[in-house]
Amino acid sequence: MTNSALTVTGLRVRRGGRLVVRDVSFEIPRGAVTGLLGPSGCGKTTLMRAVVGVQIVEGGDVTVLGLPAGSPPLRRRIGYATQNPAIYADLTVREALRYFAAVLRAPASDVDRVVAEVGLAEHAGKLVGSLSGGQHNRANLAVALLGEPELLVLDEPTVGLDPVLRDELWALFRRLADGGATLLVSSHVMDEAARCDRLLLMREGTLLADDAPRALQERTGTADLEQAFLHLVRAAS
Amino acid sequence: MNPALTLATTRRILTQLRHDPRTVVMLVLVPTLLMILLRYVFDSAAMFSRVAPALLGVFPFLIMFLIASITTLRERTTATLERLMTLPIGRLDLLFGYALAFGAIAVVQVTLAAGVSLWWLGLDLAGSVAMLLVIAVLDALLGMALGLFVSAFARTEFQAIQFMPVFVLPQILLCGLFVPREQMGWLLRWLSDVMPLSYAVEALTRVTASATVDAVILRNLVVVGCCALLALVLGAATLRRRTP
Repeated sequence: MTNSALTVTGLRVRRGGRLVVRDVSFEIPRGAVTGLLGPSGCGKTTLMRAVVGVQIVEGGDVTVLGLPAGSPPLRRRIGYATQNPAIYADLTVREALRYFAAVLRAPASDVDRVVAEVGLAEHAGKLVGSLSGGQHNRANLAVALLGEPELLVLDEPTVGLDPVLRDELWALFRRLADGGATLLVSSHVMDEAARCDRLLLMREGTLLADDAPRALQERTGTADLEQAFLHLVRAAS
Repeated sequence: MNPALTLATTRRILTQLRHDPRTVVMLVLVPTLLMILLRYVFDSAAMFSRVAPALLGVFPFLIMFLIASITTLRERTTATLERLMTLPIGRLDLLFGYALAFGAIAVVQVTLAAGVSLWWLGLDLAGSVAMLLVIAVLDALLGMALGLFVSAFARTEFQAIQFMPVFVLPQILLCGLFVPREQMGWLLRWLSDVMPLSYAVEALTRVTASATVDAVILRNLVVVGCCALLALVLGAATLRRRTP
C-alpha cells in the first residue's frame, strides 16, 4: 500500500498532434491540498483529465489510490469538477444533485450537505441555468463533493468568485483535507498557492516545481510565490 | 446494468422536460394536430384510413428522432456526458434510461393521436387498438434509438438537425407510403427492405386492414424491436469513457 494518493510517472499526452503534457512525474500525499498552478493552456486540465481517467494518454503511468487511473472502482472514490460547469441547466440545483447522488449511490442526505458546504442552500430550488456564474460554479463543485470522495480533482473551482466566497471555499478545502481527503486543485491565481500544502507549478506541459510553498520561496530566495514562479520560468528558459 | 440507475436517469430526463412545458405540450399534441390536418386535407374518411395508419408510425418516429438526437448532443456538448462517464454508471443504464423516458412520452403521444384518429377522424381499424399502439410506440422508440445513435456523429446542433432529412426522410419516402413497395425498382426495393421504418409501416397497415394478427405483423414487430435495440447498443458503443 503506497502512501501517496496519486503517483504520476513519465506522463505524456498528445492532443491535436501537439504534446501538451511532456514527461510529467510527481506524487501527491494523502490528506493534503495540492495546488496545480500555471498559466492557462499549460496542460493543467489535460493532466487532471488523465488523473480522472478520461484522457487518452500517449505514455506513462498514472496510479490513483493504488489503482491505475480510470479503473472502475475509482469512479466512486474520485470527485471531479470540470472548469466549465457540467451540470444540467434545466434542473434545479437540488434535482441535479439528487440525480448525481443516485448515480454515486450516495445517501439522499448528501444533497443537503453539499449544498450547504458550497453555500448554495438559499438557491437549491433554483434552476441551474438561472444561477449567476459563481453560483453555477459552486453547484458544479457540489456535484464533486457528493459521496465524500477520497480524492477531489477540482479544475479552477474558484474562478469568478468574490474574495469572500473564495476564502470560504479554501476553508472548505482545508476542512476536507483535515478530514482525510486528498485534493488536487488547479488555479492560475498565485495568491491561492499560499493556501496549499504542496505546489505543482506547470508551464508548457512540463513541471517546473513540486514543493511546499514556503520551501519554494526559500529555494528561489523570493518574497512571494509570483516572484518564485517567475524566477523558475526564467531559470528554465 | 443496474435498474435503479436506469430509473434515476429516466426520472432525471422527465424532470428536465417538466421544466420545459412548451416542449411537453408540443410532444403530446403535434402528432395529433397533424393527423387532424391530414384528415381535412383528404376530406374523405376512406382516403384518410388508407394513409393514417402509416403516419401514426411516421410522425412519432420523426419527432422522437429529433428530440433524442438533440438531447444527447446537448448531453455531449455541455460535458454532462463526460461527467457521467467518470461516475459509476453503465452506458446502457444511461441509454435505457433515455429509452424509458422517451418511451413513456411516446405512449402518451401515440395514444392521443390514435384515439383522436379512431374516434373522431373516422379511421377504420379492423385489427386491435392495442396492437396498433404497440407498433406505433415501438416505432417511436426506433426513432429515438436512431436519434441517439446518429447524434454521436454530429458535432453541432446544425448537423444534428440535418441528420433528420438524411436518416429519416429517405425512410419515409421508401416505406411504401407514397408508392407501394412492390412497384419500386430493384434498387429502391432493396433500400426499402433494409430500412426499419418500412417494416413498421407495413405492420401498421396490416393491423388496420385485417383483424387477424398474422406472421408478417409479428415478424415486422421483431424486426423493428431488434433494430431499435441494435441502434441503442451501437449508441452505447459511441459513448466513450476516454477521449482524446
